[in-house]
Amino acid sequence: MIHPIAVAGGSHPSPDPRDRGGPAQPMLIVQGLKKSFPIRAGLLNRTVAEVRAVDDVSFVVVKGETLGIVGESGCGKSTLARLLMHLIPKDAGQLVLDGDPVGEARGVMLDELRRSLQMVFQDSASSLNPRLPIEQSIAYGPRVQGASGSSAKAQARSLMEKVGLNPSLFGQRYPHELSGGQKQRVNIARALALDPRLLILDEAVSALDKSVEAQVLNLLGVLKRQLNLTYIFISHDLHVVRYISDRVLVMYLGQVVEIGPVDAIYDDPKHPYTQALLACRLSMDPEARVEAAPLAGDPPSPVSPPPGCRFHTRCPFVEEICKTAAPVLGDVLALAPERHLAACHMVQPGSGHSRAPDRVGVH
Amino acid sequence: MNDMSPPAVAAVPRPEPFVRVEDLRVTFVSRDATVRAVNGISFDLERGKVLCVIGESGSGKSVMMRSLLRLHPKGRTVIEGGMRVGEHDIASIGDRTMTKLRGSLVSMVFQEPMTALDPLYTVGEQIAETVRRHEKVSREAAWARALELLELVRVPSPERRLKAYPHELSGGLRQRIVIAMALSCRPSLLLADEPTTALDASVQIQILVLLRRIQREMGMAMIFVTHDLGVAAQIADEVAVMYAGRIIEYGDARDVLVAPKHPYTRAMLASTAKDQGRDHPLEAIAGSPPDLRALPDGCSFAPRCAHAGPDCTRAVPAPVTDLRRHMARCVRTRLKAGLLTFDPGVAGDPAVREGIDLAARSSPAHCASA
Repeated sequence: MIHPIAVAGGSHPSPDPRDRGGPAQPMLIVQGLKKSFPIRAGLLNRTVAEVRAVDDVSFVVVKGETLGIVGESGCGKSTLARLLMHLIPKDAGQLVLDGDPVGEARGVMLDELRRSLQMVFQDSASSLNPRLPIEQSIAYGPRVQGASGSSAKAQARSLMEKVGLNPSLFGQRYPHELSGGQKQRVNIARALALDPRLLILDEAVSALDKSVEAQVLNLLGVLKRQLNLTYIFISHDLHVVRYISDRVLVMYLGQVVEIGPVDAIYDDPKHPYTQALLACRLSMDPEARVEAAPLAGDPPSPVSPPPGCRFHTRCPFVEEICKTAAPVLGDVLALAPERHLAACHMVQPGSGHSRAPDRVGVH
Repeated sequence: MNDMSPPAVAAVPRPEPFVRVEDLRVTFVSRDATVRAVNGISFDLERGKVLCVIGESGSGKSVMMRSLLRLHPKGRTVIEGGMRVGEHDIASIGDRTMTKLRGSLVSMVFQEPMTALDPLYTVGEQIAETVRRHEKVSREAAWARALELLELVRVPSPERRLKAYPHELSGGLRQRIVIAMALSCRPSLLLADEPTTALDASVQIQILVLLRRIQREMGMAMIFVTHDLGVAAQIADEVAVMYAGRIIEYGDARDVLVAPKHPYTRAMLASTAKDQGRDHPLEAIAGSPPDLRALPDGCSFAPRCAHAGPDCTRAVPAPVTDLRRHMARCVRTRLKAGLLTFDPGVAGDPAVREGIDLAARSSPAHCASA
């Protein structure tokens, strides 16, 4: 069940006293995670359909890496983040945090999980309590986990310094007195207050102005090195994901369609969806304009996803096989994380697609 | 930075502009503070051209746009300067005429398509209402025009979508509906306030391609506000960069976006994550945008600028415009062979250049008061 895996190249973490499973043990293993939301209607409020928001998602997060998650809105990336945080209950699947299964006997319990795993949300304003000065907001987590008032306060002040806010100047201010970038720094400080190992950043810089976004991205880089953190970075901005990620996971309609090292994905995307998504990036040069949209229409409804490959309704290479058989991604848990995998019949040898390779083993 | 120098061209006489904004100033007055949101901006725009206004939040770009439609609350807003669209003087015409012109002469697409639509009426009813409000046509004719408009903005199965309520549509479809509504009375000037910011990258590009096509087909002038340089590169003929209520750089889209001259535009470009090495930190702009209640003297960007000196805080830098109509407001820019160049070594006034003012340079008190 738990596979010790070689660490992805270049991101070998230094030994950490909080480490339980050893440096080669992935920080997080997600296996077969599923979540669907029922749609109720009618007089008896019966479930008439369900939205399969996250449908059998498996992946590994290696210690010390940044895993970028991209996809259009509605693809399930935010639901996935909330499932990892146990903010919503999962329907099926297993999480293994640093070698220990989550929520099982002799595994990690929920409060321990919350200590190791923290999240920064997109909307920096609504995720702070408007009635608390920010120093108290940051100290709240440690207080709940049993720290004394004075030590929690001292910790809050040192964290504010870490994220570049002067504690004597900002500590007593309320969220509405801060700019968007400052609020997001407070959110990052609060997420760090419990000394987590893994930080989930759900569109954490998307609402910020470009100049402030660059400051926060730099801050995230510094903190990651200082505190030996691992990031899951969810964003729809493909430029930012390329800059910050070591590996990238592409989601479409609740499923992983491609996963691999960032340069492999950006330089040589295998899945037609990833190719189209990358073609949507805007050039800074007016002479390199996109004249036709690479992806037509909106994603199909996750209520009744298309049979076979879920992307076949928008795919330029669609063939008969795509409409009937769902392509498989491959065993992401058994293979080394630096492998580049795509769930597409065109990369699966012998799948029946005319563009499929003949031989096994070229990725 | 890449200092691509474009080939020198002689200034060509320009046709009479369709939109002319001259020294526009917008001030919001309340009991607590006076917010100077727009501090003297001027530009011309021809028919059939797209001007992209780039700026961060609080740079005054949306305030400028709303002034062109006179959407600001009357009692609390002071608008000075001239605004002319076609033969209409927006600043002086009466309220009833302005109401008539909204939609027919000047129309606007807002950022958030959900709040721009009424949740209680179907999409068709809302578009037909707009058409009937401006043109004396029958209900059937207005409905037919609504259908035509949905086809224009490429909404799939338009007959069905006319009977849909806004909540039944995706974000991209809603934005298409809002665009259709803005186009319903064939405006000559379309204002678009970050119409794609709330959308996915894949849908954003669809809307940009659509807007560009419609703008060309209808020969409209368009002012497009965005904070995203990539979006500007996609849609603009001309680009104006705003900071603290002033246009600090202006010019042909390629000149501004590929070879910017103002340190702010250059820093914005450098701080945007785009294929940089992961091991290098981004060249972020330090500090935060200025407080519009208490603007610093001189160049508003000076407190954040890597090339700032005491000569920057004396007075607001005068615009320097070259042969290609590329303009920047920065004391470190010069005309070289008729073209705008940025030279960090150049000082703003002769006294400083000759070193007489070295004492002032080291005195922060002087900088603050100058």
